[in-house]
Amino acid sequence: MSEITNSPLDVAPLVTRGSKGSRLGLGTVIVVAVLLAFAPAITGDATTNDLTQFFILLIMAVGWNLVAGYGGMISIGQQAFIGFASYAVLDLSLHGVLAWYGVPIAIVLSGLVSIPVSFLAFRLRGGYFAIGTWVIAQVFQLVIGQQSNLGGGAGASLNDLNNLSPITRDDITYWFALALCVLALGVTGFLLRSRIGMALVAVRDDEHSAAATGVSVVRTKRFIFILSAAICGGAGALLIISNLEVQPNSSFAIQYSAFMIFMVLVGGIGSFEGPIIGAVIFFILEQTLDNYGVWYLVILGAFAIIVTLWLPRGIWGAIDPRHRRSLVPLRYELHVDEG
Amino acid sequence: MIWLNAVVQGLLLGGLYAIFACGLSLMFGVMRLVNLAHGDIGVLAAYFSIILIEHLGGNPLWTFAAVVPVAALVGYFLQRFLFDRALDGGELSPLLVTFGLSIVIENLLQQTFGANDQSLNIGALSYQSWKIATDVYVGRLNVIIFVIAVIVIVGLQLFLSKTRTGLALRATADNRRAASLSGINPKRTRSIATAIALATVAIGGLFLAMRTSFAPTSGSSDLLFAFEAVIIGGLGNLWGTLIGGIALGIAQTVGSQINAADGILIGDLVFLAILAFRPQGLVGLKSEVAR
Repeated sequence: MSEITNSPLDVAPLVTRGSKGSRLGLGTVIVVAVLLAFAPAITGDATTNDLTQFFILLIMAVGWNLVAGYGGMISIGQQAFIGFASYAVLDLSLHGVLAWYGVPIAIVLSGLVSIPVSFLAFRLRGGYFAIGTWVIAQVFQLVIGQQSNLGGGAGASLNDLNNLSPITRDDITYWFALALCVLALGVTGFLLRSRIGMALVAVRDDEHSAAATGVSVVRTKRFIFILSAAICGGAGALLIISNLEVQPNSSFAIQYSAFMIFMVLVGGIGSFEGPIIGAVIFFILEQTLDNYGVWYLVILGAFAIIVTLWLPRGIWGAIDPRHRRSLVPLRYELHVDEG
Repeated sequence: MIWLNAVVQGLLLGGLYAIFACGLSLMFGVMRLVNLAHGDIGVLAAYFSIILIEHLGGNPLWTFAAVVPVAALVGYFLQRFLFDRALDGGELSPLLVTFGLSIVIENLLQQTFGANDQSLNIGALSYQSWKIATDVYVGRLNVIIFVIAVIVIVGLQLFLSKTRTGLALRATADNRRAASLSGINPKRTRSIATAIALATVAIGGLFLAMRTSFAPTSGSSDLLFAFEAVIIGGLGNLWGTLIGGIALGIAQTVGSQINAADGILIGDLVFLAILAFRPQGLVGLKSEVAR
């Protein structure tokens, strides 16, 4: 007994969450978000629309980072939920639900539709899970592309919001995008602080050890899959209210997966900060390489290879190689008093 | 008779899917690597053949002799310099690297050749056919593709069970550590597996290009069909892959017969049904379920 009490941890370690820096970071994030809410009043319509596109990208990145970075499931099928939500907003508007109200409903529906999908996809693991989700996304595209009331293969326009002036419409869309972006980041942050977040980090680090300590791996993964689908659905719902049209080939484009993977990899997979950094870099690249057509996609693909092989934890991993820092207070820290 | 016709055409189409699928299956078996650029490499081979014909002329059939060995060589070094490195990086790296490779290949092809459909013109062989029953004709090319598919699968099976290298591949598939302890060089084994996989997918790519038109982005759907064939048939079993390819081909042609636009969807649904109700595949063992 005495040997145990004489252990170095005689004094109970002090457990804190968040450093001064991370609390400062959280404050900065909140201030930036509040300031961004006033952006449409200051900047022109073009900038507002650019920022909306940026928020949509960031939401996608957050969704994919959850499923791949924390859930350890490489999905190449999240475009299923992006396209599904776009079409859900359209379908609801055809049934008399104004598109603004359609957005939250579409998000919930995306989460719900991902439940049966998860039961099929979870039969597969690793690489075959990846292609399996891709096939499921193709099924979504083929089925929705045949609904003639939704425009069939040619697509359809959302005419719901035509009575608003374009600038008002763009501003409201902007606020929707900003709000959903903050929501997606907030939910992720709170989730990671919660019990299920700890289970997730345990699953991310080592599935078998997590299972051994009593974490229900499948249930945790399914929860993440559903949440990620809802977040990607949010991006899809925003896409239709900002573009005002849908088309099966573009709404379910595999390119969305490429974009999400690129952003998360470059920023830092499995970190809260990674998607934010990745989305900023992707957005800048997209704006500068816009004139280079397909070369831009070639560069994205090459970058994905290079980063995976030589910088596997992305830019945030390089900034924070030992998991010490964090932008917002997320992780517990142990302080052992040596004296 | 139209249904018999649909089934016969589907059976022949299934051979092509099996050629695409066997390489995917082999690489997964030997090193748990799913090559998401598999289909794109087949399409790349078809474009290579187009370039050869443009410069040297003749019937595209001769280009098999050039394209297939080059594909094998490329596969050997692709494994050495890219995939091996990716495999060292953990479970997710190979997927991300091969997905990146897929995007690079598709868009480079689009940049070089444009997005338009192309095809390999093999002259009279593309439309000659045999009559096997009233109103049921089989294209000679399709029969040849099917026969080659069976030869490829049988050849691969014989190679894996009769040759020293084949045994090394199977040993590595069963237990990597034990294989390397018994003197098998894992690097070489992996490179050989990828060389074979790329050679077979090049054969598939050329046949596909002779059978139908193709475009830079065709590789993705080829990958999905190959994957569906593997899962429908059952993992870790080459005969299963052939049967899976045939089942998928028949599902698609019968589906098209029901509604012209529904072929691919019916194929997908058969795949999902197998996944839901018989995850070990049509001929797979229960222990092999999508490890």
